[in-house]
Formats: sequence, structure tokens, C-alpha cells
Amino acid sequence: MTTAPFPATLAPVRRISLLRRYLRRPLGVVALVVLLLVVAAAVLAPWLAPFDPNFVTFKIVHAEPGNGHLLGGDSAGRDILSRLLYGARTTLYGAVITCVAGLVLGVPAGVSAGYFGGVTDRICSWISDALQSIPGMIVLLVVAAGTGQSFPVLMVALGVFMAPGYYRISRARAMAVRKEPYIDAARVAGVTNPRILRTHMMRAVYAPIVVQTALTAGIAIGMQAGLQFLGIGSASTPSWGQMMNDGFNTMLTFPKILLWPSIALGVTIAALAFIGSTLADLISIRAEQPSKRSRARVRHELAAPSAAELSDRVASGSHEHALEDCALRVENLRVGYATQSGVKEVVRGVSLDAAPGEVLGIVGESGSGKTQTSFAVLDLLPSGGTAVADGIWISGREVSKLSSAERAALLGRSIGYVPQEPLSNLDPCYTIEHQLVEPLRYVHGLSKADARARAREVLVRVGITDPERVLGSYPHQISGGMAQRVLIAGAVSGRPSVLVADEPTTALDVTVQAEVLELLRELQQEYGMALVIVTHNFGVVADICDRVVVMKDGRIVETGRVEQIFRAPAHPYTAELISASLDDVEGRDELDRALAHAGGEDDAR
Amino acid sequence: MTADFAPLLSVQDLVVDYRLARKVRFRALKGVSISVGAGECVGLVGESGSGKSTLGRALLGLTPVESGRITFDGQDITHARGAARRRLANDIQVVFQDPYGSLDPTMTVGEVLAQPLEVAGTTRVQARATVAEMLDRVRLPSDSVHRYPSEFSGGQRQRIAIARALVRRPRLIVCDEPVSALDLTTQATILELFIDLQRETGVSYLFVSHDLGVVRRVCHRVSVMYHGEIVESGPTHTVTHEPSHPYTRRLLLAAPVADPARQAERRAAWLGLRESA
Repeated sequence: MTTAPFPATLAPVRRISLLRRYLRRPLGVVALVVLLLVVAAAVLAPWLAPFDPNFVTFKIVHAEPGNGHLLGGDSAGRDILSRLLYGARTTLYGAVITCVAGLVLGVPAGVSAGYFGGVTDRICSWISDALQSIPGMIVLLVVAAGTGQSFPVLMVALGVFMAPGYYRISRARAMAVRKEPYIDAARVAGVTNPRILRTHMMRAVYAPIVVQTALTAGIAIGMQAGLQFLGIGSASTPSWGQMMNDGFNTMLTFPKILLWPSIALGVTIAALAFIGSTLADLISIRAEQPSKRSRARVRHELAAPSAAELSDRVASGSHEHALEDCALRVENLRVGYATQSGVKEVVRGVSLDAAPGEVLGIVGESGSGKTQTSFAVLDLLPSGGTAVADGIWISGREVSKLSSAERAALLGRSIGYVPQEPLSNLDPCYTIEHQLVEPLRYVHGLSKADARARAREVLVRVGITDPERVLGSYPHQISGGMAQRVLIAGAVSGRPSVLVADEPTTALDVTVQAEVLELLRELQQEYGMALVIVTHNFGVVADICDRVVVMKDGRIVETGRVEQIFRAPAHPYTAELISASLDDVEGRDELDRALAHAGGEDDAR
Repeated sequence: MTADFAPLLSVQDLVVDYRLARKVRFRALKGVSISVGAGECVGLVGESGSGKSTLGRALLGLTPVESGRITFDGQDITHARGAARRRLANDIQVVFQDPYGSLDPTMTVGEVLAQPLEVAGTTRVQARATVAEMLDRVRLPSDSVHRYPSEFSGGQRQRIAIARALVRRPRLIVCDEPVSALDLTTQATILELFIDLQRETGVSYLFVSHDLGVVRRVCHRVSVMYHGEIVESGPTHTVTHEPSHPYTRRLLLAAPVADPARQAERRAAWLGLRESA
């Protein structure tokens, strides 16, 4: 009964990983140890306490610590240490009641409201809002007066006021999860609504509820002490709030009587708060921000290979053009990520180049390092990623040694970027006009009117027939193909010499894909840009590329002109990728006929 | 080849509206008719917003039907709800596009696959045997049951999703863009798996895709959708080789082929079509 509610409620498999991660946080460990000590004190109070907490000895009224009474005596002549230990029981007991009441009321209601929506949601939310707008302390005092100061009833009432916290969290999680395809799949599989709520939904709200419980317990303990301080609750059961009241009356003459319960209360609440925030960190932050030192280590390991790996350290790929003719040139690029077991290299020595007016394709499957290569060129690697290279030249300028601020300044001017997911790369809070005009004003120092004219002009150029309407629209009001045109407009509005397009058509329909490829081709020829297209689709390569590099496991396995790669792929992996396209394979009718034919031959035999 | 499929599913004049706001409705399906025979694979092609996924969702009871009729095995299931709809889980299943969102990240693969069996009242021992059999069918190792979806690649997750659709031994699986989130090489092997499974189990597919190449590979017949209507239907070979509707022609020419010379011709033809449109 006196155990804190949260560790016991974790699912077995999850607990191992979460606990292990939790134990790596020093602050969290200290907080947990403190809480466990409080729990132990409460459980073992009858054995630990040197005296009966209610036994009055007039000798020790207001006594200083010592003389067998470790923390001295209070104003009625009772042993303070014993009362503290027994008070811990009351405190934790109350916290558990409050949390359980909050959980039982808030979580099922929140999960149902989020999952069903509609009327259920409106009614539950109305009740929750009403509860939050009632002054809790006054209601608690009324409840105390009405129930003859029954402590458990009071704690349940407090739990009712904590329920909206649980309700809001569970409802928000359930609303997010409700839209996941796995919920649809469960419904199609014949799973009943109550069962979906019990399994999928409860699992989804689990982690945030654990965090909320730690925080709620802290608040409950504080509120409880406040009520006891006001003299509510049984006088015969020792409690911290009561002890503080006692100490408060003699605060100026005997401050220590107030000090001990205050410390106990403060430390317990702080421990719960730290446990809560540590858990929240662990649950919300998946990848931890790498420290400066770990980044330096990655860089060191990427740059200085061990002898055993030397053969693997030769750059893969080759250069087609002389350095001065390149719009983009990359020499021996490596990208690594710090992981628990060391450095994971995702790009392992890549060299490539592209001339103005040339279209270079970087092809490979997911995990081949093609996107990482393009991000490294743009200096837009996700956090934790580190790139080293013997050199990266963008329109003739060596940029690999530049600071990240200087690299960022190149974006939009010398090098442009077209992303894979057009709609998620536009900020839903701003109009298209804002998102196109602001960069032009800040990066190119144009006046507002000039920037707007330029944005309009570029939109017309990318084939948008009604630029005024599009400029005034928010991203959710335009289609994916339109959004990709807008992003391309943004990328080329600064007239970059290199345009990097990362799977620019993968998220689009084939009809829109054809339009976008045609647009990229036209723009690239018109502006004389080098265009680098990252793709897994050899159809796209055949459509637009002049040259292609094929990547596998972070290295270039083949590079060459498109006609030659398609005619005679030198590497089996290239051949495999080309043959994966469904252009000339047998259709279903031919496959079935072949099977029937083979079956017929078997029968004849 | 295509004539000898007994009709299993038939959809007549199906109309589905989406409520965008109070009194504002968007008609996603404008009277669509389609049929799928036993052991047949019927493709549904179109661009996003054409209503092809809506049709699949309407069959599965995930979106309400305005008017029209859906018949499965002679039984009207247009407005099947509650227990009647849950009974259909025995016969109609689904594979979604997104291999990441379609599996509950907090459940092990074993739990994911056993869930449809548990709700059908299968005993634990039987369920374990069926799960093992289906994992084997989709070519995944049997010790996958103890792992979480996050430990698998996109293609492997799609295999898990297919195994989940198969465990109740349904007669029809609605495949909603099941390979469009995958690499081309993975896509080819998953399509292979779909074909093999159909031959082994005789299950029917309604195969929703935006890619005519994919549809040509797995489907016996295909219907082309555009703005909530079916503009062309027929045997896959006919539709992909001699398309009669200009939209189908445009769709065909828009998909790039992995051959630079042929693609240049195709692009020229596509540009010509675009000019004339």
C-alpha cells in the first residue's frame, strides 16, 4: 500500500529498457533513491521509530536534539523523529489514494473521449473543464467539514480534482493514435471497441501517464500537507502537515520543530518532481543530443582510420571534370553517427562531381547513404551526424572547412534544396507568400515589393497559372504537386549554381511526377544549374539524368554516363536495381499462362 | 482466363460523401461499380484524390456509404455494423500502405498476429500454430514473434502486415497501396509474395495503386478512377496496352521506364499529349 504507484505499473519488457535508460541519469537515480528511502521509512516505521509517536513525555517538550531523541521533541513533548517516520506513512498513503482516484477517473474517460470523439468527447471535456474551474481548496474544506474530516475521503476528493490532468493527457494521446492505420487494421480484424481501448489505446497512453503520476503524487503530497496544516484530518495520526502547524506556532522560539517536517516534505516532493521530469525526458527525447566531445570523437574516428580498415578507406567513385569546371565536387566524403557501440559510418568515402548544366543521379536503396551524402553536401545532417571530407567545392569554392554559419549562408545562394515531402517542408502557420518572400528579403536583401515581384515571377516560371491565389494560400490549401512547385520556386529563386533534389517525386503521383521532372529539366537548362537528384527509381534516372552514381552501403559501386550504365551495368547491384523496375516484366496474365503451361507439361509427363 | 472467376464481391453505384464542414460535403465516389471474382486480383488505379482508397475503406466499413450497394458472397454488407461487421473479419481483410503506422509499435509481432485470432475465439495453442504458419508463408523467421515492429525494415513490416491479413484465412484482401512506400527491389519481392499467396490460398485481392506497372504485374483486371468515377475498366493487358480513355493514356505515359532511349520517346509522347490536352 505504501509503495509509490509508478514503477509497479510498467510493462515488463518496457521496464527493462526504460529502467536501464533511467539509471543512466544521475539526477533521476538520486531522486529515486530518496523516494525509496521515504517509502522504506514509511513501511518500516513501527520498527525504526524509537518511540511511540503519540507518547507524551513532558521532559522533552521543545527539547533540542540529543539525549536519545535524535531530532528532539515537539511542543507537546512527543519524539519528532518517530512522528516524522509515521508521518511518512500518512503522506504516501494519501498520495496513493489521490493518484489512484485520478487515474481511475481520468484515464478511461480521456481515452474514450479521444477515441470515440463526438458526443462522448464533448460531455467528458465539459465535465473536465468544469472541474478545473472550481476552486479545489474550498471544495476540499467543505468535504472535510461534511465528512467529519475523513482522511481517505478527502484524498479521493483531491484525486477527483487531479483527474482532469490525466484526462487531458489521455485524450490527446488517444486522438493522435486513433488516426493510425493500425487502429483501422484492428477494426477490420474484428476487434471490438472496448478491446481496442484496453489494448492499443492503453499502451499508447502508458508512458505519459507514468510521468503524470509522478507529478500528481508530488502535488497531492503538497496539498495534503496544506490541509493538515490547517488542522484537517485525524489528530491522533501523526502527519507532516500537522507537525508543521505545531512548529509554526513556536517558529520564532524553537525553529527546529518546523524545520524537520519541512525538510521531509520538500525533499519528497522534489524527488517526485525530478523523477517525473527525468521520465518525461526519457520518453520524449528519442535520440539524445550528442555532446561536443562525442562529435569530436566521431570526426577523429572518421578521419583517422585504424590499420585494419585501411583498404576500406580508399574513396569510392571518381571525378569526371576538372576542378575548375565543376559546379559541385566532393572528395572522399564520410558521414558518421555516434552510437552506443561506437561510430556508425553511413557514408564511407564518396567522391563525385557535377558540371554546370549537368544532371547527376545518386541512386541506391534506402540505407545506401545517398540521402546522407546530399545532406552532408548541404550541411544539413540531422543532429548526431558528422561529416568529414578531403574537400567539398561548391561553384569552385572549398567549403568543407567553413563554419556552419558560413555554410548556412551558401544555402539559397550557391546551393538550393528540394525535399522529398513537399507538404511537411512548408510551415502550416504561414502563407506561401511569407515563406517565399522572407528568404528573398533576408538572403538577397530585396525590398518587400521587389521580393514579392520576384516570388510571383518564379511561381509563374514553375508553371503556376494563378500565382496571386497561391501566394495568399496556406500550405494545407494546396496539393502536393503544387507544394513541390512552390518549394522548387523557393529553391531556384536565389539562382543557385547547384540544386540538390532529394527524392523530389517519390511522394507524388506518377502524373505529377512527370510534371515535376519536366519542370526540373527546364529550369536546369534555363539557369545552367548542376542538378543532383537522389532517387531509388531508375525510371527517374532514365528520364532526366546525364550521369549516375550507384551507391550501396555507403560507398559508390559504379559511376558512369546514363546510356552506358543502362546498356552494360558493370556492377551486379546496378543490374539488380534496373531489373527491379516493372517495365518489361511479364504481366499477371502472362505469369498465369506460364504457370498453366508448366502445369500442363507436368501433367503430360 | 478472366471469365471463370465466380463473383465474390460486387459493388453497385456506390456513392460516398465526406463531410468537410457543416453542410459542406465532398463527393468522393460518384456512383462506382466494380466486381471481384474468387481468386481474382482486380486493380484500382488513379491519382491521389481520385477516390480509389475511399472505395477500399467503404468496403471495409471504415467510411459510411451514402447510397449504392456492396454485396459480398451474395450478402448485402453495405451498412453492416457492430457484430455483423466483426463477423466479416473472417472474410475481408486489409493491408495498408504505411508499413510504419500500420503496426502498433508497443506490441510484439506475435501479439500483432495473434490479435485477430484471439478475437475470433481461437485457443492460444492453435493461434500460435497459425501465426507460425503465416510467418513461414510470408518468408519471415519464426522467432520474429518476440520482436517489436521497430526492429524490422519497411519490406519486412509489410510482410508482417500481410501475415496479419492472412491469419483469419480471409477470402478477400483489400490492398491499399501496399508497395508504394517501398524501394523498387523490395517492391518486386513483395509483389511476388502477393502472387504466390494468391496461388496458394485462392484469396482475392482488390489492389489499390497509383502505379500501372505494379497493377500490370499482379492484377487480372483493372479499373481506372478519375475524380470519383471509373473512366475505364478491362483486362489489365488491354488497358495497359490499348488504353481507350485519354486519362489512362496520360497515366501510362507519365510513368518513366528504365531505359533512356525509350523514356525519351515516351516523354515526347507525353509532352505531345499534354500540349493537346
